[in-house]
Amino acid sequence: MTTVLRTGLDVEKVRADFPILSRSVRGRPLVYLDNAATTQKPVSVVEALARYYTDLNANVHRGVHELSELATDAYERARERVRSFLNAAEAREIVFTRNATEGINLVANAFARPRLKPGDEVLISAMEHHSNIVPWQLACGATGARLVVAPITDDGELDLAAFERLIGHRTRLVAVTHMSNALGTITPAREIVRIAHEKGVPVLLDGSQAAYHMRVDVRALDADFYVVTGHKLYGPTGIGALYGRASLLEAMDPFLGGGDMIASVTFERSTWNELPYKFEAGTPHIAGAVGLHAALDYIESIGFERIEEHERALLEYGTALLNGIPGVRIIGTARQKGSILSFVIDGVHPHDIGTIVDREGIAVRTGHHCAQPVMERFGVPATARASLAMYNTAGELDALGHALERVRAMFA
Amino acid sequence: MADLNDLYQEVILDHNRRPRNFHALAGATHSAEGFNPLCGDRLTLYVQIDGDRISDVAFEGSGCAISKASASLMTEAVKGKTLAGARALFEQFHQMVTAAPEQDVEDLGKLCALAGVRQFPVRVKCASLAWHTLKAALSRETKASTE
Repeated sequence: MTTVLRTGLDVEKVRADFPILSRSVRGRPLVYLDNAATTQKPVSVVEALARYYTDLNANVHRGVHELSELATDAYERARERVRSFLNAAEAREIVFTRNATEGINLVANAFARPRLKPGDEVLISAMEHHSNIVPWQLACGATGARLVVAPITDDGELDLAAFERLIGHRTRLVAVTHMSNALGTITPAREIVRIAHEKGVPVLLDGSQAAYHMRVDVRALDADFYVVTGHKLYGPTGIGALYGRASLLEAMDPFLGGGDMIASVTFERSTWNELPYKFEAGTPHIAGAVGLHAALDYIESIGFERIEEHERALLEYGTALLNGIPGVRIIGTARQKGSILSFVIDGVHPHDIGTIVDREGIAVRTGHHCAQPVMERFGVPATARASLAMYNTAGELDALGHALERVRAMFA
Repeated sequence: MADLNDLYQEVILDHNRRPRNFHALAGATHSAEGFNPLCGDRLTLYVQIDGDRISDVAFEGSGCAISKASASLMTEAVKGKTLAGARALFEQFHQMVTAAPEQDVEDLGKLCALAGVRQFPVRVKCASLAWHTLKAALSRETKASTE
């Protein structure tokens, strides 16, 4: 018997928009539970990508010809779409990047490095993805600054009191995730920003995971920098965006040099283009931006209210299901959680779980999830992770439950 | 289609549950650490060499069933072997786990329990980790990696 959750979201209608969900894997219907790694794409995104290349393809900001104008217009409308999606004040505060990682590296290189002095501090949390650790290690290593890590609790929540204590007079920047990819924890981002701003410290929020689960409003959060990646927003790979407060972006030197980011070039010196082009060197991923536009339109057409209600129901159902299987332990039990279920099974290595459930057509991630310090914090070498998106169903979680029973039987 | 029972044979499940020679070795003359960055498998291998013969071998660490069972089976297989014999066995083992699934493989005794790994390409590294670590220990490198 298949369990059906009654929520405001018509999941079968949503699933019909995602062609890949009707394929089979290993002779079974695909059960895709690896959305925190990347989400699948609705047909409207695939069509927008194809239409860009069949109807519009030309370089942007260069030609006087019709196609170049059309391509530029499509690219800039995509930027406006990202602005409204994140509720930024101005489109020039949206910089297109390859992904969230590049957005963080941009801030680490163009904002942090020139401002960090020996003994200064960058404050992150113990639940960061490697992409929000390593760029800061590099910046600190190059400047003599120190990377400080705010601890997390046994439930996987940020220890807010410790966090507040760790912001000192040498803290130059706070960089924390808005939602943990390994634990599912949704951090109190507004509170984090308020505490940091009280001490005059700017904040970067990593929205890689949060942005496809809930409405993000960078102005309500009062974030200084916010990064997202397109491929987790049901959009193409290779396109992401950095929101930066205009006054901060204005004060920064470029990250990468090249075409499009300059106002003028001589061999003696160059001057920089205005925002956001100062930070977009070279031909950008125009098709990717157009595809991202379609993806954000798709998300808004479903609506975060319904997405959140559906995913919350899935998370509750999945949590109860896993807790009902003897030997299964969920890692990450924060009160505020997105739809990520990281778990271990007594006596079974996650890698073996992954192989066995894969044989049933079920895609889960196993390993350290690019968050090795989180694994160390919880004393596990790795976890298995089922991460849920708007198109997942309770029936798919049932399938996972059956597969995990098979794992237990095999290793009993 | 590859069957799960080809991979998780009874011998492997048994060696995963009760790994043999699973301890540190006080008299070790050689040792090395093995690490598979993809899945976080880690093991330390201890080898005691007398003359040109492996007189004792043991391991510690954590990993998936395949890597743990492979390490356990390896320690049984190479104990008492000459260095040349152990190296030759490494080559034979490597051929076995990387051969095409339809290809015949040499009879390597109990090690044949790992032949099923061929049908699961992403798991070959798990099965080879202990052997790469042995090779590193014998050549006095201190670290082995499957990358």
